[in-house]
Amino acid sequence: MGDTLAFLFNPLLEPLAFPFMQRGLLAVALVGVVCAVIGTFVVMKGLAFVGDALAHCAFTGAATAFLLGGNVYLGAATTGVLSAVAITWVGRSARVSLDTAIGIIFAGVFALGLLIMSRVRNYTVDLFAFVFGNVLGVGPDDLIAIAVMVVVVLLFVLLLYKELLFTAYDPTMAAASGVPVVLLQYLLMVVLGLTTIVTLRSVGVVMAVAMLVTPAATASLLVHRFHHIMLVAVAVALVCTVTGLYLSFYLAVASGAAIVLVTTLAFLLALAFSPRRGLLTRGRPGAA
Amino acid sequence: MSVSSPVQEHAAIAGVAALEVTGLSAGYRQTAALQDVSFSVPRGSLLAVVGPNGAGKSTLFKVILGLLTPWKGSVHVLGRPVRDARRLVAYMPQVELVDWSFPVTVFDVVMMGSYSHLGLFRRPGKAEREAARRALETVRLADMAERQIGELSGGQQRRALLARALTSDPQVLLLDEPMTGLDATAQHDMIRLFHQLTSEGRTIIAATHDLSCVAAEFKLALLLNRRVVAFGPPRETMTQAMLNETFQRHMLWVNVDGRIFIVHG
Repeated sequence: MGDTLAFLFNPLLEPLAFPFMQRGLLAVALVGVVCAVIGTFVVMKGLAFVGDALAHCAFTGAATAFLLGGNVYLGAATTGVLSAVAITWVGRSARVSLDTAIGIIFAGVFALGLLIMSRVRNYTVDLFAFVFGNVLGVGPDDLIAIAVMVVVVLLFVLLLYKELLFTAYDPTMAAASGVPVVLLQYLLMVVLGLTTIVTLRSVGVVMAVAMLVTPAATASLLVHRFHHIMLVAVAVALVCTVTGLYLSFYLAVASGAAIVLVTTLAFLLALAFSPRRGLLTRGRPGAA
Repeated sequence: MSVSSPVQEHAAIAGVAALEVTGLSAGYRQTAALQDVSFSVPRGSLLAVVGPNGAGKSTLFKVILGLLTPWKGSVHVLGRPVRDARRLVAYMPQVELVDWSFPVTVFDVVMMGSYSHLGLFRRPGKAEREAARRALETVRLADMAERQIGELSGGQQRRALLARALTSDPQVLLLDEPMTGLDATAQHDMIRLFHQLTSEGRTIIAATHDLSCVAAEFKLALLLNRRVVAFGPPRETMTQAMLNETFQRHMLWVNVDGRIFIVHG
């Protein structure tokens, strides 16, 4: 009996003997939760491009900080949040669509980042990890930063849930009801910017958007009320990030890529077998 | 702040107009959307606001809702200036402007009507849920409460939005195109609902393009094209000459056995 249990659980427990795996698992789980919560707003408002843009804008800050010898993540956070505010401001005041505002800011800031990068002669591990993510390199300081971010985002969403939902669903009516819609839109973008930056550490610039979008999109195929989507997205994110990290441990492959691929697989499964909208289950007798 | 009972409040507002607009001019940046607009709507009225696109209908609504500050003139709701009357007024947007694929139930949407009373951080409780249920019963949509909003028909969508507006127990209802695109039965249901609400003393102000419906069913019409072209009962205001002036084009106006049909020419 004991042997059977050991056989079942050893593969799960063994990696935990390494402190970097403990920290890595905790980091991806926390990042998964925070991305799933904010990602629900991103997916429901069609803002996926924003997450992608903010990740790239954060890269510019990281490159600048790297060149100046400052803290890479502080640099990323600064440009990430500034870009989030700039995108919202241009979209609101220049009378162009949000898509266009994102395109303008994102391209401009990212070009600046590339310009700065072209002056950096030797990439070190730091900047490389920033582009591709290295969850196994997460240190105690990073964990604290991620944990603080989780608390900020969860408090933000819990305290302002009804206002955020109203604003996301019908901003005009929300404004007419006295909800500070403009302030909430700015805050949501700032929180999104900060979320993207803690995500960069685990999966990198290019794949950060997947963490933001895929769990919520998967959940939206399975359940149909906003807070249900948010809860299922959290569950999907937890399962996928942890599974992905274990796979990367045993297969010795890049952790960020493994996590994103497992999440993508979850989405494809939901797409195929969703009770109401599944490609394979739709229209079958017995499928409610 | 003194707390007055509903009875006292109704006694106090019995004599005053539901909406009093005096010398109102308003617009955006340099462009005037409304110029020197004045009219007075008695309580319990069913008023249609009629005019071409860009006539200032939505600007008028925004001013009444306190979302746009007038350049000149004053607007009073039941004797109070707009900034003190927010809770007395509710708005129902055009169905086309609402995201019907958003993952919420009919009940979720109707509950949003109570948020203006709650303020930040407070969660809706029993009283708010009760108000939402009453509003759904008023619009005869109680059995659809747990449905996704995407499953509603056109008439049900409008009734759901009306229920949301009713949740805060408003005295004045501003409705944006409540009848457009409805079939005859749904339109008839909507009009019956309007009469029920006005008989309770509520005032309904609807912006609409359905001129024949205005002529047949509404008690008052405001013909608007930046300024007031005509204001009064449809029989007196919805005339060929007034309509042509309002829309700046020839309108087809037919009287068949006392029923008036108006078509854009």
